[in-house]
Amino acid sequence: MTPLDRAIINGLQGGFPLTERPYADAAEGLGIREIDLVERLRAMLDEGTLTRFGPLWDPVALGGAVTLAAMTVPEDRFEAVAEAVNAFPEVAHNYARDHALNMWFVAADSDAGALARTLARIAAATGLEVLSFPKEREYFLELKLEA
Amino acid sequence: MPDSLDRALVEATQAGLPLTPRPYEDIARRLGIPEDEVRARLGALLDGGALRRIGVVPNHYRLGYRANGMTVWNIDDAEVDILGPRVGALPFVSHCYRRPRRRPQWPYNLFAMVHGRDRAEAEAYAEEIAGLVGAACRGRDILYSTRILKKTGLRLGAAGRGD
Repeated sequence: MTPLDRAIINGLQGGFPLTERPYADAAEGLGIREIDLVERLRAMLDEGTLTRFGPLWDPVALGGAVTLAAMTVPEDRFEAVAEAVNAFPEVAHNYARDHALNMWFVAADSDAGALARTLARIAAATGLEVLSFPKEREYFLELKLEA
Repeated sequence: MPDSLDRALVEATQAGLPLTPRPYEDIARRLGIPEDEVRARLGALLDGGALRRIGVVPNHYRLGYRANGMTVWNIDDAEVDILGPRVGALPFVSHCYRRPRRRPQWPYNLFAMVHGRDRAEAEAYAEEIAGLVGAACRGRDILYSTRILKKTGLRLGAAGRGD
């Protein structure tokens, strides 16, 4: 990763300008040209260094419901279950983790009732118990990763 | 509560902010509203918290953070809301939540994500948290992600598709 890419990642974790030419204004803050900022963002998205650039919404504040859910998946069924879970558009992230509860996913839906029905459909589709861990309190949420 | 324009903005930025010189104008044209209304509305959503931030989301693995550990803690209910913010304020903790226990499988009520360049670094961070929570902690574990099975943006089901 080049020093420029690091500067972009460290400098643009938040606070992107709400101006008519935001890339030009952000680029000025980084001491580079608008075109270079846009091209580096595009390249880092294409190569997977960035998974996203843009607004990050809080689904709960938007009236939606979101939870972290986990399942204990038998090893010999792991791939099939992953495929079944990932097929639900309500599932945004899904991670394999080294624990008896070995599959952890984030699911979001329009409201709490719809989310509960989606989790029930995932349980039915996989034949496995789904444990739901909705957040009760958020103590901190900020990206502090140093690139 | 968000209105239909807020939801339209969420939908219009599902794939991210356009990489064009005037991205807010592009969104405005798509929604059929004035450009300054897009910027004003995004500013209001930022102030209200429905929009957390506008910026980059880096891939942890690509930044060299190979040990992404979900540290989980069984913290005394009387103390979790005092200790939670202190754990969340640690510089290496990216997310920190209180979540319900699910006994008997799951006794933990505090979740803190840590990111290390290797597992030794992540374990050292977990030790630092352990020192901070002290005797209020009845048990702990660390779950490393071994594989990303899916990673897309959050969708809000029917409501997120606009009304």
